[in-house]
Amino acid sequence: MDFANYDPDGVNRGREIISAKIVIAGGFGVGKTTLVGAISEIQPLTTEALMTAAGVGIDDASKVPGKETTTVAMDFGRITMAEDLILYLFGTPGQTRFWFMWDEIIRGAVGAAVLVDTRRITDAFAPLDYFENRKLPYVVALNRFGDAPHYELEEVREALAISPDVPMVLCDARQRDSVKQVLVTVVEHAMLRLQAEHGYPASVG
Amino acid sequence: MDPRRDPRGALVRPYAVTRGRTEPLQNIALEAVLSSTPTQSAEARFAGHDKYRISSVCEGRAQSLAEIAAYTRMPLGVTRVLVADMVAEGLLTLHTAAPATGFAARMNLLGRVLSGLREL
Repeated sequence: MDFANYDPDGVNRGREIISAKIVIAGGFGVGKTTLVGAISEIQPLTTEALMTAAGVGIDDASKVPGKETTTVAMDFGRITMAEDLILYLFGTPGQTRFWFMWDEIIRGAVGAAVLVDTRRITDAFAPLDYFENRKLPYVVALNRFGDAPHYELEEVREALAISPDVPMVLCDARQRDSVKQVLVTVVEHAMLRLQAEHGYPASVG
Repeated sequence: MDPRRDPRGALVRPYAVTRGRTEPLQNIALEAVLSSTPTQSAEARFAGHDKYRISSVCEGRAQSLAEIAAYTRMPLGVTRVLVADMVAEGLLTLHTAAPATGFAARMNLLGRVLSGLREL
């Protein structure tokens, strides 16, 4: 067999490969990695960024004696959609002291889903605040844990003061079809937003 | 003394493979995809251990910067410096991340992602 022609991904044909990214945000332990794992074609991977602890969550680094490196981990998954199109799903670090990493993660993203756990609804305030002040289109996905108190979507919208133009969906982060629906909602919302910005009537074809 | 507590050693050690450089030649996005042809990988054999590892990860399957960092277990910042060097040296091919401008181009990409998701 001639391996010189073995080229399953079209890597060697000089074809341009486009990648897109959707961000999965939310508080610590809300199920972001579970959601990514439910639909990713690879086991969720972890990439680590290093920074000096002196720069984390502190405005005046001069007050910190000595520097220590801290590792921020983010989990992500991949869906290869075509030879020339790959979708990546990036989970944000859960701890809010790593906000600055979020800026890098959302840069260039198609949109985001903010995952909310009804058992710890107040954990969603910080991530929602973050997206309210960014241009990135986002949706809110209510992750239903088995023993979680049941709320109607509109109750949660009111409790978290989520703007009426932000779509909300119920989901089960363990279920592939449910996660797929969350991602479809993100992309549809991104398309509507983009059309609205360019003066088109709201419709997704 | 714990080396992590040594202020001189704290950042220098992870960046030793980049000879202390922490700024990449270009700021490659986390999701930007890189690939390596057999010719490029053959050349990467002589580029040092870390660059050869990176090259091996991208051979036969295009990988994002984030995947390269995860598979090689190198910190993201270090990986970004090395990958940007390799792109400049012609050892890796950098593909474009999602188009950031142009209504038609962005709509087209969103449409492709949407149908890709629906087909899953």
